[in-house]
Amino acid sequence: MSGFTRHRRSGHALATFTAFEADLLRSLASQLIELLRNEAAAPETQDPLEALLDFSGPTRAPEDPVLLRLFPTAYPSDDEAAAEFRRYTETDLRNGKAAGAAAIIDTLEEAGLDDQPEDGMFIDVELDQQLTLTWMRSFTDMRLAIATRLGIEDGDEARWHALPDDDPQAQVHDIYEWVGFLQETLVQAAR
Amino acid sequence: MSAPSPVELDEPVTDDLTVLATPWVTIVWNDPVNLMSYVSFVFTKYFGYSKKKAEKLMLEVHNDGKSVVSTGSREEMERDVQAMHEYGLWATMQQADA
Repeated sequence: MSGFTRHRRSGHALATFTAFEADLLRSLASQLIELLRNEAAAPETQDPLEALLDFSGPTRAPEDPVLLRLFPTAYPSDDEAAAEFRRYTETDLRNGKAAGAAAIIDTLEEAGLDDQPEDGMFIDVELDQQLTLTWMRSFTDMRLAIATRLGIEDGDEARWHALPDDDPQAQVHDIYEWVGFLQETLVQAAR
Repeated sequence: MSAPSPVELDEPVTDDLTVLATPWVTIVWNDPVNLMSYVSFVFTKYFGYSKKKAEKLMLEVHNDGKSVVSTGSREEMERDVQAMHEYGLWATMQQADA
């Protein structure tokens, strides 16, 4: 595990993943896509005809705390403005985040990650400036999702490290820290 | 030939304009997840701020819990808030004096 480095001449970000790591990233990305499509960004309206004709976005904040963190309320003290903002932005934001996670999967698969990756195989990825941004944003979304599910708070590292190794929460926290490490090295490589 | 009629200058009227022009601000809030390096990176990348200014704002978010990262019209701030949400930062907007 070495994270991303910057290729001196092209400025691209390079990383080598084991098959296991690449497969894990692909799985996190597909879970993110599933989550974004899960609780439908459905418009809220009473009239059935209007409902059929209304193709605009949602006006109510998502119930899932992960989605609420990914799509925060823009106007905390103005419900009407917040609903309008959500209506005009949330669908695009959802699609953008899903497309970002899909781009991670595409990059990994184009780099040779197949359905049943074999041990001992390595996946080399090279990200240009645009893909670097896409990966960085998607790493953020994954980390926000995991952190919200786990209930991560400022300065609580000791709590997670005190858990036994076989505790599922400890394992998820390890993954969270690993994606954070990848994120940090990717930011450094992009500077 | 006639002389041009004298032009009368009105007193400048500013009251209404001042009210209309009350700026809006985009606020980024601290969260336990986003990396300090990433938050600074976003401020340089999206707003085009210098590294120094981006780090100052990032530290305000980190230490004070929030920071005003941009100021402008309501439409501009809606664009900025949406962009911050794209980057996964927790951003809200309000009128500057609110």
